[in-house]
Amino acid sequence: MNMLRELYTQTIMDHYQRPRNRGALADADLEEHLLNPLCGDEVTVYANFRDGKATEVKFEGRGCSISQASASMMTERLLGKSHGEAEAEIEQFRAMMVGKEDFPETEDLAALKGVIQYPSRVKCATLAWTAFQKGLEQQEV
Amino acid sequence: MYDVNEIRKDFPILERRIGERRLIYLDNAATSQKPRQVLDALDEHYEAHNANIHRAVHRLAEEATAAYEASREKVASFLGAPDARGLIFTRGTTEAMNLVAYAWGRRSLREGDEVVLTEAEHHSNLVPWQLAAQATGARLRFIPIREDGTLDMEEAERLVGPQTKMIGCIHVSNVLGTINPVDELAELAHSVGALMLVDGAQSAPHIPLDLAALGCDFFACSGHKMVGPTGIGVLWGRPEMLEEMDPFLGGGEMIREVYPDHSTWNDLPYKFEAGTMSIAQAIGLGAAVDYLNGLGMESIWEHERRLGEYAYEKIREVEGITVYGPEKNRTGLVSFILPEVHPHDLSQILDQEGIAIRSGHHCAQPLMRRLGVTATARASFYLYNTEEEVDMLVGAVERSREFFGAFTS
Repeated sequence: MNMLRELYTQTIMDHYQRPRNRGALADADLEEHLLNPLCGDEVTVYANFRDGKATEVKFEGRGCSISQASASMMTERLLGKSHGEAEAEIEQFRAMMVGKEDFPETEDLAALKGVIQYPSRVKCATLAWTAFQKGLEQQEV
Repeated sequence: MYDVNEIRKDFPILERRIGERRLIYLDNAATSQKPRQVLDALDEHYEAHNANIHRAVHRLAEEATAAYEASREKVASFLGAPDARGLIFTRGTTEAMNLVAYAWGRRSLREGDEVVLTEAEHHSNLVPWQLAAQATGARLRFIPIREDGTLDMEEAERLVGPQTKMIGCIHVSNVLGTINPVDELAELAHSVGALMLVDGAQSAPHIPLDLAALGCDFFACSGHKMVGPTGIGVLWGRPEMLEEMDPFLGGGEMIREVYPDHSTWNDLPYKFEAGTMSIAQAIGLGAAVDYLNGLGMESIWEHERRLGEYAYEKIREVEGITVYGPEKNRTGLVSFILPEVHPHDLSQILDQEGIAIRSGHHCAQPLMRRLGVTATARASFYLYNTEEEVDMLVGAVERSREFFGAFTS
């Protein structure tokens, strides 16, 4: 069970069972739905922007603990960020998930470190982030 | 009946350990493990007989061709196929279905025609027909499944009519384990002059088959799910239908005469076997069929039916669990969901105990939507699984509930 506790940390389970910023935003500036074709997990991310900053970030979805916890953490992480900052955050998160950047040790996100050992689960962790990135790209058009 | 503990010794991989645990392999609907007899047949081919088939006149080519053609006869006889000329080797079930959807569908379907499938189809018997429908203007209709996972046959009778040209149905559901009444559907198809295609990927490995009695026009299955190698499967088709069809892939071996502007086609089954085939794998499939016949398909089916019933009952006892599919008339496959633990998390936790199950949509997204879920956990059994392994599974499922529950409190 030790290996499992490294993956399913208290922080992940807390975000999974008590997700932050869960729910839909009607007429949001950014709305993007994404399905993980491998497993059927799905997530929709929403955001409203004012003066170039994200004033509301929310998500809805169905999926495993990793995908839903990571989505919850993402909403906290991207709140208050500008387009450019959000893009940079997402890029940095992707780099962390492939071991190219260190996790911020003092933050909830560090709890996802254990996922790196399970390549099939990395897609779960990045699902919401990829959705948000697609949403940002849509906005720029 | 055979002694399951004796035959387990035929499968080297069952000795494998995952960490400190003995492997418990319950993902047989995805692919089965291979006995020593099949592995030896592959080695023997490569070590002693390897050559390309059908064309050269040297000794090795004669031997390889004889072994390849002997496999065709074995598989045809195993399936109870009325005529081995209709037995075409393919890469697997998916390629076999595509062959029918392209070579028959593109030539025979017209605008206004209908292809009737079921809500329970694997993507491999759905997407090829979507492509064929787009190309021809034909329309797809779907026989609904009832709450218990069985086909709504009354609705099937209403859906099928003179506009129906093909009925396609999964013989055994890879998600629910339901055994579908494909013989009745074949009768229904023929009553309106339509053809019947059966996806046998999940039936051929488990149930004694007699295609002649089943009455279908096309039947597809995969070698790797029936203790054979990957990369080999078969399409059996009624020879008179295959004769009428266009070829699927063009190239070597499938031709008779080639001119710069046109060609004529080889006889069956070679018309549909273009290029160098998976020769060793076809020979390996012959060895797999020999192995299954050695145990006896009746015995295998009896073993799995009992194990499936045992597993279904045991898993249902887990508190709060939802088990999908009908109570009766099912194979050794159990799909389920624990409310507290997502299927992905469950399979990760079971993996720590050396237990391999599958989680996800099982390549049947329309069925998953019909069930109102995005993913299920699926344990699928085969001839070498034991009641003890089922008990280990159920114990591990219970422990995963406790593991996730511990965070809630």
